[in-house]
Amino acid sequence: MTLHAELRRFILENYLLTRDDASLGNADSLTGRGILDSTGALELVMHLEERYGVTVQDEELHPDNLDSIDRIAAFIERKRCP
Amino acid sequence: MTQEPDTTLDWSVLDIDAHREVERIAGQLREAVAGGLHKRGAVVGISGGVDSAVCAALAVRALGPERVLALILPERESSPESSVRAQSLAAHLGLTPLAQDIGPTLEVIGCYRSRDEAVRRVLPDYGAGWRMKLVVAGGLEGRFNHFKLVAESPDGASHEARLGLRDYLQIVAATSFKQRVRKTIEYFHADRLHYAVIGTPNRLEYDQGFFVKNGDGAADVKPIAHLYKSQVYAIAAYLKLPEEIATAPPTTDTYSLSQGQDEFYFALPYRQMDLALWALNHGIATERLADALRISRERAGHVYDDIRAKRRATRSLHQSPLLLGPVPEVDRA
Repeated sequence: MTLHAELRRFILENYLLTRDDASLGNADSLTGRGILDSTGALELVMHLEERYGVTVQDEELHPDNLDSIDRIAAFIERKRCP
Repeated sequence: MTQEPDTTLDWSVLDIDAHREVERIAGQLREAVAGGLHKRGAVVGISGGVDSAVCAALAVRALGPERVLALILPERESSPESSVRAQSLAAHLGLTPLAQDIGPTLEVIGCYRSRDEAVRRVLPDYGAGWRMKLVVAGGLEGRFNHFKLVAESPDGASHEARLGLRDYLQIVAATSFKQRVRKTIEYFHADRLHYAVIGTPNRLEYDQGFFVKNGDGAADVKPIAHLYKSQVYAIAAYLKLPEEIATAPPTTDTYSLSQGQDEFYFALPYRQMDLALWALNHGIATERLADALRISRERAGHVYDDIRAKRRATRSLHQSPLLLGPVPEVDRA
């Protein structure tokens, strides 16, 4: 499974309680759609740290890194290969 | 008071005709208790802070001291001065308060134990003699809000760590026992006396969801939920409440380390939060807010975003249980 697909599955199953792939696009804003709030962001960070072995710093808790599947995937790639 | 979006944002927008507002609220409160709720009086928990003091004073004005029961409900981490201030307020208003230490109840129900267990996952040395609090971070810099655990060990050293989801949720859930146990006791007395329970949030707290659902958020009537915090202070001054209450800075009085409300939850000190919330509510451009608060436009934009984010994130705290089919007869009753 690609990184994008993994992330989509995590968000769909945990935040939207669905497996309907069509309900979320890679570029969709997770905050704009009301999917991600501050508690949701902490949950996402916990998942990223556990699943991908990265450490998310305080200053990285920013929508630029976490607000869409595309952004999260790019963030993970950057963290893995700095 | 309204203001055109293109004019200078002035602090006077928060000015209030305290005499008129007090008379209006007292009249409406009387009508709400008797007509709307069919109760014979009111119960109000007084913490020693200005919000509950103003609510108690308004209740006395509306209903008379003989129909107001003031409760003082400290626990082992409450500041001792809070109870002293609450006692002095009650005396000032001609009330005979009931005081009950809720510490033993919280002990038995697991409040301290569950909280400390989560704290120790973050700071393994945490134990007897330590004090702690939570501090919010992120929103003012345009980041997601998150909480830091700040603790002080018995030797006076300070310790700080970011809280992950599981530990944050457990600390908040355990701490919320405090507000929920207090509300349980308020409703016991309200039920036995056939009184209404008064909720004491001000507008900042109500709008931004700074309360515990079914805890301090539960009430039959909330007399000052429409008033900005500065306006609550103005009413406290008008009502000539004891000086130490009328000027008391807002604290949570919930964690063992002393904690201002602004460091726990709000992005800015209350005066500035008031103006920011007023400005957002009245469609004032970020540039005007930035000028009035003497902060950068970028930061003013983050303040607006933070207010909107907290409003969205806490919407469910205001909601009644969602029904999945219509029961129109209840709405009509």
